[in-house]
Amino acid sequence: MLNEGAATAAGEAFTRESGEMADMSARETPARPAHSDAHLTLYRLQACPFCERVVRKLDELDVDYHSRFVEPLHSERNAVQRIVGVRTVPAIVDDETGVAMAESANIVEYLEATYGGGA
Amino acid sequence: MDLEFDVVDLPDADHVEAGEEAPDFTRPLVNAEYWEDVSLSDLLADGPVLLVFTTMDGAFPATYVWNELRDRGVEEYGAQVVGVSVSSPYEHKTTIEERGIEAFTGLFSDPQNGVAEAFGVEHDLDGMAGVSEPRPAVFLVEPDRTVAYAWVAEEWPEFPDYDAVEAALADL
Repeated sequence: MLNEGAATAAGEAFTRESGEMADMSARETPARPAHSDAHLTLYRLQACPFCERVVRKLDELDVDYHSRFVEPLHSERNAVQRIVGVRTVPAIVDDETGVAMAESANIVEYLEATYGGGA
Repeated sequence: MDLEFDVVDLPDADHVEAGEEAPDFTRPLVNAEYWEDVSLSDLLADGPVLLVFTTMDGAFPATYVWNELRDRGVEEYGAQVVGVSVSSPYEHKTTIEERGIEAFTGLFSDPQNGVAEAFGVEHDLDGMAGVSEPRPAVFLVEPDRTVAYAWVAEEWPEFPDYDAVEAALADL
């Protein structure tokens, strides 16, 4: 499930994570409000430690993001399910790369590979 | 309603009037699935907004107002129908489901009541220490932020003149 190397290209990571959801996610993700300059949307749950882990990484890499908060009740998170195929948070949609993915370890890996200075 | 006593008057409010500019603000806007920070100006970029200030979710005036606006199908005039109350996003999600107002754009969550203060419609609640909420009010805001129609409660409780709201929506 977890990718073997952080060096995995973003597109490849996406393919492995969500497979054929690729085209669907871009279409199904509602647009961010106009006031937001971010190109990345973070689907999160209030006080979820896995989500905070992703926030910490986004801050560390100085990546601007827009937060979208979802239901604590797993079964009601269809907004997340439509874009990444699962109802877990955190999940991100990155318009810059077309990537939509779930699972904090994968997301952190992706962010480092994509926005980490040393990459 | 014919009561044998006088309904309580609210003090005069120095609120935003028709013809004036609506103050912009940003708060979490809750829809049936999620919430996110949205500005009034974000919504106005898509067209006019019917901004409906209500009591906290669960109080009967909020319930009655949402039922009536839903039954009248006011979203069909083309304006985005948006609520504001001090209730949390969690309560708003329940309200959207229970009132069946998924066709409306969403409900802003403003626990500290700053939006009501900016519009001049704040109401300190008697018997609930430290709690302020909006007094019931309706503002129809045009895309340039001009207020086309304003109604603010003068009694407690008082309900909007729904026919006048619909007339204002029809005039857009």
